[in-house]
Amino acid sequence: MTATTTAPMATTPPRTAPHPSARLRAWATRAPLLPALIFMIAVTQLPFVATLVISFFDWNALYPKARQFTGLDNYQQVLSDADLRHSVWTTVVLTVAVVLASLVLGLVLALLLDRRFRGRGVVRTLLIAPFLVVPVAAALLWKHVLYNPEYGLFNGLLHYVGGPQPDWISTTPLLAVEASLVWQWTPFMMLILLAGLQSRDQQQMEAARVDGASDWQIFRYLTLPHLRRYLELGALLGSIYIVQNFDAVFTITSGGLGTANLPYTVYQSFYQAHENGLASAAGVLVVIGSIIIATFALRVVSSLFREEAGRA
Amino acid sequence: MSTVAVRPRSDRRKGAGLGLVAWLLGVLFFLPIAWMALTSFHSEQDAATNPPSFGAALTLDGYREFFGTGGGASPWPALINSTVASVASTLFVLLLAFPAAYALSIRPVKKWTDVLFFFLSTKMLPAVAGLLPIYLFAKNTGMLDNIWLLVILYTSMNLPIAVWMMQSFLAEVPVAVIEAAKVDGARLPTILARVVAPIALPGIAATALICFIFSWNELLFARVLTGVVAETAPVFLTGFITSQGLFLAKVCAASLVISLPVLAAGFAAQDKLVQGLSLGAVK
Repeated sequence: MTATTTAPMATTPPRTAPHPSARLRAWATRAPLLPALIFMIAVTQLPFVATLVISFFDWNALYPKARQFTGLDNYQQVLSDADLRHSVWTTVVLTVAVVLASLVLGLVLALLLDRRFRGRGVVRTLLIAPFLVVPVAAALLWKHVLYNPEYGLFNGLLHYVGGPQPDWISTTPLLAVEASLVWQWTPFMMLILLAGLQSRDQQQMEAARVDGASDWQIFRYLTLPHLRRYLELGALLGSIYIVQNFDAVFTITSGGLGTANLPYTVYQSFYQAHENGLASAAGVLVVIGSIIIATFALRVVSSLFREEAGRA
Repeated sequence: MSTVAVRPRSDRRKGAGLGLVAWLLGVLFFLPIAWMALTSFHSEQDAATNPPSFGAALTLDGYREFFGTGGGASPWPALINSTVASVASTLFVLLLAFPAAYALSIRPVKKWTDVLFFFLSTKMLPAVAGLLPIYLFAKNTGMLDNIWLLVILYTSMNLPIAVWMMQSFLAEVPVAVIEAAKVDGARLPTILARVVAPIALPGIAATALICFIFSWNELLFARVLTGVVAETAPVFLTGFITSQGLFLAKVCAASLVISLPVLAAGFAAQDKLVQGLSLGAVK
């Protein structure tokens, strides 16, 4: 509360001529920021510049002497390589499917948890748990303990009802990876959407109810518009994390059966095939894709951020 | 009048029904974890049956196998490496992020939002894009298979999240308190340590827990940059990717033990989890 009244004073310092002591003070206020800023530029930006440079070279780590500048050849090769193009498509399918499914499930769960009922805290805790399993461990759990065709839990439960005993991973490999990721990411979406639901204007909802609006009308015309930006935020943050997913693909299918996504392909092309130039070009393409998503993400975050700043 | 009298009752019945649905879904989502826990206490023979043996005798054999008393590789070095990488990187993150977040939340810096969004944008750069140069750098400087390389990388991975989170927590510290300390002649380090930190402590703790979780979970960098010496717990888990006969109880014990620190940290930070994961955009 005190911040509300004093903040404007703090943000507009008394206007003085560029006095040496004022400049000194400006640096003193900027100084705490510098270590973090310099560290981030050194550790995150420099390697990317290096990736960009390497992507213009024909460079196989097993033949270091044959390294030479090839211009855009790597990009041409990456874009015309059927496997790589397939991994771009896999990345898109994987990301879109997981984000949409976990968003819809998360919304249902958030709406259920927004109501008061006995044991709500316990249910919330149960629902968050999947997100708090180490990703590799979660992938192992799905691969060996749930999907295993002979003694996995899924086929074990199907056995009771006399159902079929499918080999989940080899018949529907991508779906198998997606299901495990949806299980892990639904809690994340639920938490964001629940925060959105709880920030609704209660008086407005009450007024609508008094005016005789049905539950569906309140959901459709009040809740959903309010949730729109939280849905966007969940979708975009989810996309950023899932586009980069490596753990589930690596663990469940080891990139086989057409489930290799771009991060896995980049990993494989330099870690196993030692094709540094090609791996870098693929990496740059991943970055370009991410920048497209990130531009939208930053816009959503900054609009929410400005709203928060305006409210403070 | 009649609608007013009827509505609450039907609402209550519907509310109870929906509560039941919520419980059902909660249990369904938790089922794989519960099954993992139960299987970890079964013998390997009971773990691999179809139909599943729910009521089989309980044993600690899976845990004994996992901890290497049965002759396999001991997970302790990996667990210690993960602890070092997660704790040390979290400390570095806090040391770097706290002053930065202070500068940004008090907002004396011109274009402070640009700086804030620069931090965020680095989080959106896929880690895999910088992996190769980092690998080559580590190889040429002899830093491969060195846990401190992971500490540096995890620090950079979590710094943006921490700056954003802490910035939103520190913005809640009343400016008047800081001004008063300045008038009393306190210098910046004193103000940070004695005035700001105590008020923002719950937020700082939540930030630390979330950074710890992300470092503990990380696989890609650890897999590429470590070998025998600096192997972390998730890399240790990748040893279970290919089936090794009857080993379900051992896999479940391993997965559960390695997930325990994350589950503990996550539940401890439960209330601030959303704010952290949404980079401070959602409160």
